[in-house]
Amino acid sequence: MNNDYVRSLIERGKRIDGRSLDSYREIKLESGISKYAEGSARCKIGETEVLVGVKFEVGTPYSDSPNEGTIVVSAELSPIANPDFELGPPNEQSVELARVVDRGIRESKAVDFKKLCIKEGEKIFMLFIDIQVINDDGNLIDASALGALKALSEAKFPKLDKDNKVVSGEFSGKLKLEKLPITCTVYKIGGSLLVDVDSKEEKAVDARLSVNVGNGRIHALQKGKDIGFSVDEIGRAVDIAVKKEKELAKLLK
Amino acid sequence: MSYTKRFDNRKFDEMRKIEAKVDIIPRADGSAMFKIGDTVAIAAVYGPRSLHPKFLQDPEKGILRCNYTMMPFSVSERIRPGPSRRSTEISLVTSKSLLPVLDLTKFPNAVVDVFIQIIQANAGTRCAGICAASMALAHAGIPMKDMVAAVSVGKVGDKIVIDLNKEEEDYEDGATDIPVAMTGRNHEITLLQLDGEVTKEELMKGLEMARKGCLDIIEIQKKALREAIKENQNE
Repeated sequence: MNNDYVRSLIERGKRIDGRSLDSYREIKLESGISKYAEGSARCKIGETEVLVGVKFEVGTPYSDSPNEGTIVVSAELSPIANPDFELGPPNEQSVELARVVDRGIRESKAVDFKKLCIKEGEKIFMLFIDIQVINDDGNLIDASALGALKALSEAKFPKLDKDNKVVSGEFSGKLKLEKLPITCTVYKIGGSLLVDVDSKEEKAVDARLSVNVGNGRIHALQKGKDIGFSVDEIGRAVDIAVKKEKELAKLLK
Repeated sequence: MSYTKRFDNRKFDEMRKIEAKVDIIPRADGSAMFKIGDTVAIAAVYGPRSLHPKFLQDPEKGILRCNYTMMPFSVSERIRPGPSRRSTEISLVTSKSLLPVLDLTKFPNAVVDVFIQIIQANAGTRCAGICAASMALAHAGIPMKDMVAAVSVGKVGDKIVIDLNKEEEDYEDGATDIPVAMTGRNHEITLLQLDGEVTKEELMKGLEMARKGCLDIIEIQKKALREAIKENQNE
C-alpha cells in the first residue's frame, strides 16, 4: 500500500477501510487490567492497543508548591508493538507522546494536585502514569490519552501506614477527577483533515494537530510533523476536536 | 515449621489456573499471551529479519534475541522503565531455554527477535514469559523441533510444591524457587535455576513435578495454537 494510493483516496474523501474522514475506528476501553496498579486501563482504537497503569508513590513537594502533588507520565514504545520500534531509552517519539498526554491531564486540571498533598511541605503523592504500547496501528496519542484518563478515573488512593509508606493492596478511597478532557488529533493529508489515522495512513500524514479539549475549552495543543497548517485549517481542526470531545467523553462515563 | 496448607488452598502438585491465547498482537509476526494465576505475560516475535549491526551476524545461521521486560505497573512497587541486571539475566536465560528447539540454519545473517512483557506479576514471570514466547515462535512459523514449556517448582517450608505464588516465594520460614523449562517430547531441561536450599532428593522430586506440569502446559499451548490456526482458516 503506497502513500499515493492513500492520498488519492483521501483527496476524494475516502479511506482504505471505508470510514468517513471524521470518524474513529471502534474504540474499546477496559479498566482493571493489572491488579497491582492503583488504576489501569486498556484502550483499543481499531487494532491500536495501549495499556496504561497508574502507580502512587510518596514524594516530597516542590518548594514552590508545598501543598501540591504531581504526575509523571512515561510512554514506552516497546518493540513488541511495531517492527520499527527499538529497545533503549525513550526516543523523541515516546518523549513527545508522554509529554502530550501529560499536558492534557495537567493543563486541564483533570487531577486536582492539591488533593495529592499528604502533609504540606513534606509529603505528597506522585502519580506515575505509564503508557505501554502493545500494538501500533496508528493514532497512538489519542489512544494513550484516552487510556490514561480511563486508568486515572478508576484509580484508588493507596492506604498509608503511620510512616506515610504505601501499604500495598489496601486503598483509601477513589481519586476523583475534576473533568474528563479528551485529546483528539487531527491529521492533514494533502488538503484534507481527518481523525484517527491507521498505520498505513499515518505514513502519508503531512501534519498533525493534537487538541486537548475539556468541556469545550482547549487546554493543550501540539502541532507535529513536517508541514504547516493554515489558520483556517487550525480553526477547522479545533472544531473537529471539540465535536469529538463530546463523542469520546461518553466512553469514560 | 511445617507448611501444611497452601495459601491459596491448592494441592502441592497443582498449578494455578492457566489461560493461553495466540495471535494477540496483529503487527507482530507471531504473538501469544500466557496467564498463570495472577501472572500475565505476553510475547511478540519479529523476524527472521536482517540483523544490525553487521558484526553480530552469523553467516551459518540466524540468531535468537530475547528481551524480557516488566511493565512499570506490574507489581506493587513501581518498576523504573529500562533494563535492569535482573531483566538482562532473564532475557539471556530465556533465549537459552528456547534455542535448543529452534532450527535457524535457514536464516543466515538474520535475527529472530522475541519481546516479552510482563503485564501483571505474581511470581513465575520468567516461566510465563517462556511459555508465551514458545507459542509466539510457533505462531510466527519459525522452524521448531519441539515446544518449550516452563514452570517453577520449589520448596516452601518443608514441602515441595509446583508454581509458587508471591506469598509462597516470600514465605517467612524460607522458600526455594526453582524455575524449570522443558521440551515436550524429549523432556530436555532447557532452563534450570535455583535460589535457596534443597537436598538432591527434593530437587529430583521438584523436577518430576515440573515435568508433569510442563507436559500439561504444552497441551494448553498446542490447543491455543490450533485455535488460532482454525480462526485464521475461517476468515
